Amino acid sequence: MTELNPAGTDAGTLIRLSAAQLAAKLAAGEVTSVEITRACLDRIAQVDGGERGINAFLHVNAEEALAVAAEVDAIRAAGGPEADALHELAGVPIAVKDLIVTVGQPTTAGSKILEGWHSPYDATVVARLRAAKMPILGKTNLDEFAMGSSTEHSAYGPTRNPWDLDRIPGGSGGGSAAAVAAFEAPLALGTDTGGSIRQPGAVTGTVGVKPTYGSVSRYGAIAMASSLDQIGPVTRTVLDSALLHQVIGGHDPKDSTSLPEPLADLVAAARTGNVEGLRIGIIKELHGEGYQAGVENRFNEALELLKDAGATIVEVSCPNFQYALGAYYLIMPSEASSNLAKFDGVRFGLRVLPTDPPLTIERVMAATRAAGFGDEVKRRIILGTYALSAGYYDAYYGSAQKVRTLVQRDFNAAFEQADVLISPTAPTTAFKLGEKLDDPLAMYLNDVATIPANLAGVPGLSLPGGLADEDGLPVGIQLLAPAREDARLYRVGAVLESLLEAKWGGPLLAQAPDLAGAPALEAQEAK
Amino acid sequence: MAAINRDDVAHLARLAHIEMSAEELDRMAGELAVIVDSVKSVSEAAGADVPATSHPIPLTNVFRDDVVGHTFTAEQSLSGAPDSLDNRFKVPAILDEA
Repeated sequence: MTELNPAGTDAGTLIRLSAAQLAAKLAAGEVTSVEITRACLDRIAQVDGGERGINAFLHVNAEEALAVAAEVDAIRAAGGPEADALHELAGVPIAVKDLIVTVGQPTTAGSKILEGWHSPYDATVVARLRAAKMPILGKTNLDEFAMGSSTEHSAYGPTRNPWDLDRIPGGSGGGSAAAVAAFEAPLALGTDTGGSIRQPGAVTGTVGVKPTYGSVSRYGAIAMASSLDQIGPVTRTVLDSALLHQVIGGHDPKDSTSLPEPLADLVAAARTGNVEGLRIGIIKELHGEGYQAGVENRFNEALELLKDAGATIVEVSCPNFQYALGAYYLIMPSEASSNLAKFDGVRFGLRVLPTDPPLTIERVMAATRAAGFGDEVKRRIILGTYALSAGYYDAYYGSAQKVRTLVQRDFNAAFEQADVLISPTAPTTAFKLGEKLDDPLAMYLNDVATIPANLAGVPGLSLPGGLADEDGLPVGIQLLAPAREDARLYRVGAVLESLLEAKWGGPLLAQAPDLAGAPALEAQEAK
Repeated sequence: MAAINRDDVAHLARLAHIEMSAEELDRMAGELAVIVDSVKSVSEAAGADVPATSHPIPLTNVFRDDVVGHTFTAEQSLSGAPDSLDNRFKVPAILDEA
């Protein structure tokens, strides 16, 4: 247990403060952005590398991050209109999932096929981080092309869960979640196609938000399944997620699926401070059988706290959710097989020549994709090609799209009865590295509670619900709201978080093992 | 619906332009058979009257003004290419007569 003194400015304190606390200290002149950024970089050097390191980062962007931090400090020190115009989060560092393209840093998507590739442009979300002058600490590890629930499908080795180094940090955004949980970064960006922000949040004791589809621009996120993918915040507090969502969200003409209307005031929603009169719906199909007992216990406690705070708890039924996982595993691979066709050994990344002639483009393509893609990516491309092939299209892809309509109808009916829905984020706590690697189907089941939101485009938030009795590992609570009503998640999430923290006597992450004892290896230099 | 077998996987791998070894085809056929079996229920879930949803939040008529916006230079566009020549992507032979 690490004592936190919010008044302190030593490195050990700085890395543990929330983004909102850091922003307040920066505004008050109590600390500089260079001090904060350096503290994060030192922490990364201390805990991320080596055999038993977290391995959250695929690339560390120290030089540029410190330069941006120094720029913010200089503007603040000079005062005047430029200092007044600084964004609230200016100088607060952030990590970016390596599925999101960045100028000046490599982007690998966790794949060998993009090793060493540099994007000629920034993703819109990255451009917005730069406009807010937030130092970018580096790029975080992920399952290859975001395909997985454990980060074990990364071509660059798995990320470890800071709560237990032998366990998975969730996926696909395990790097972003672990970086935030291990106090390597106060904030991170993730992407969520079927739960890749929320499930890592759940198993690492952090907060993750999948915004309404279209609330945050996807321009520059390497597409897996375009109708499901969404970029969102990965943080340690609900308020921090609202602050970050506000930085990256809003209309972007470069993404034709971007919602045209302005964002609601999400930060104000997080500061509402009450849930009185709100109807919170338990989804009958998303708890109970198949969910670990410790997960179920923490979930029930959260319900009690919300009820005591004046919310009305109702039960809703979403009978078609039973088909959601199956529909997802048809729609997602179908879209992925099409999206990944661009990796052809011609325009970017790897080119592998077949060992024997003829060296035609088709054979070069097949050799490049065989060498560049990992097993899970190949599996999904083949599955998607199958679901889209003549003779099977109607039975598979067509049917899955109909299920999507049914899932949306279930949500619509549920939101007639409830303002916000609630469920555990994942059926279990973090499993052991390697445990489900040879069983794709068991791996897919991790996303059973998170997938419906992607199919329907509605927003979801996962926050820490405590530790499971049987294994002492973090449990996530998921909140879901109607499309375009992300504000409700922040309102309810912040209240539940404060009630839980009052019970725990501080943030859940204060109970995480102290990683400082881990050997600091010089592997960081090689990154 | 027919189960997926090794020949199917070989055909699909050709369509998807992924070279696969015999061992890989065997393994993948087994894994995909399990997955395809598990998603079978999807085809029985919805009746003929249920419309398909391709996009979670439909937006119609997304246009922009017909003016030249940001464009990449040839150098930028080619910066990640494995091979290029005279400001163009250099592609292996399309036909195998070369």
